[in-house]
Amino acid sequence: MTSRARPPRPASVVFLDGLLWLLGFWFVGELVVRTFGIPVPGAVVGMLGLFVALQVRRPGPRSATLTAADGLLAHLQLLFIPAGVGIVAFLAVVRDDAVPIVGALLASWAIGLVLVGWVVTLLLPRRGR
Amino acid sequence: MTPLLAWQPEATWAWLQGSPLLGVLLTLAAYRVGRAVHHRCGRHPATQPVLVAIVLVSAVLLATGTSYGEYSRGGDLLAFLLGPATVALAVPLHRQAHHLRRLLLPLLVAIPLGVVVSVSTGFWLVTLLGGDEQLAITMAPKAATTPVSLVLSGDAGGIAALTAVLTIGVGIVSAVLGPWLMTLARVRHPHARGVAMGAVSHGIGTSRSLADDPEEGAFAGLAMGLTAFSTAVLLPVLLGLFGA
Repeated sequence: MTSRARPPRPASVVFLDGLLWLLGFWFVGELVVRTFGIPVPGAVVGMLGLFVALQVRRPGPRSATLTAADGLLAHLQLLFIPAGVGIVAFLAVVRDDAVPIVGALLASWAIGLVLVGWVVTLLLPRRGR
Repeated sequence: MTPLLAWQPEATWAWLQGSPLLGVLLTLAAYRVGRAVHHRCGRHPATQPVLVAIVLVSAVLLATGTSYGEYSRGGDLLAFLLGPATVALAVPLHRQAHHLRRLLLPLLVAIPLGVVVSVSTGFWLVTLLGGDEQLAITMAPKAATTPVSLVLSGDAGGIAALTAVLTIGVGIVSAVLGPWLMTLARVRHPHARGVAMGAVSHGIGTSRSLADDPEEGAFAGLAMGLTAFSTAVLLPVLLGLFGA
């Protein structure tokens, strides 16, 4: 995770190390969640764990973990494609219930987005807005 | 004795259909096309790569008569990477951590409120518009990120795979129209915009926020994680209140 005061590692090793840290924190997150019956995905707990680790260790800008994370997040949309393609399995259902599905989805989305946006804006400290 | 070379297209096709290779290749290629289209259209929000890719892959599956089950042998391999990608959201958050203190109170109020509103409006609007209770339960957890929403839906008696589709749908709508709607509603501060995007549209909304502004994206990622957590806790309680 840290790259201070060490000779630079080759890109291939940086990638490997970064992936190891991400999978490692996911693994620990799953262990914690499952062992204690916490109703949260292990990856979210892993995210919180990595956040704390980054805050404590303060890795340099070229650290393996940061590099791997940036690479993965640049293609975050790719990872949602398979679930979205699931629409082909539900074309008939969506056609039959188009009004409740599309109507509720759009309205519920818009209400939620605007409400959360307003509440956060209202509660943000005035200074530096 | 088997000959060294044999012309056997049927066996090749049978192997391909059982292998994840086709699904992965098709998904990556469609995503690559989606990115190119997005770039060509001047990064127009309506050409989100994920949307273009889903349309392309779905068209190929329908045209070739390939079932979703056959495709998902490869799709599941890519979806596996959602695990490390979720962990990776700690990195943009780490870079914006100095803003966290002033967002503590807004987050503690807005996230649970957002979950209550998303779940209850999703549930009630489906019922109001003529959908049955199973469809309402299927809609309810759509604001949480896919790995969470589909598990919660299945546990509560909804159709898990359809919840995944609706979750992606809400994410795409938000990636396309979210920033526009927030500007219309005068939500201007990047922190407020990011939290709202993450709270209603998980990773897909977050990816749009990350592309628009790193600060907005960091808080979208955080809000996405907190929303997943709050939805997991609150969904059973809310559905119990609705008598479902």
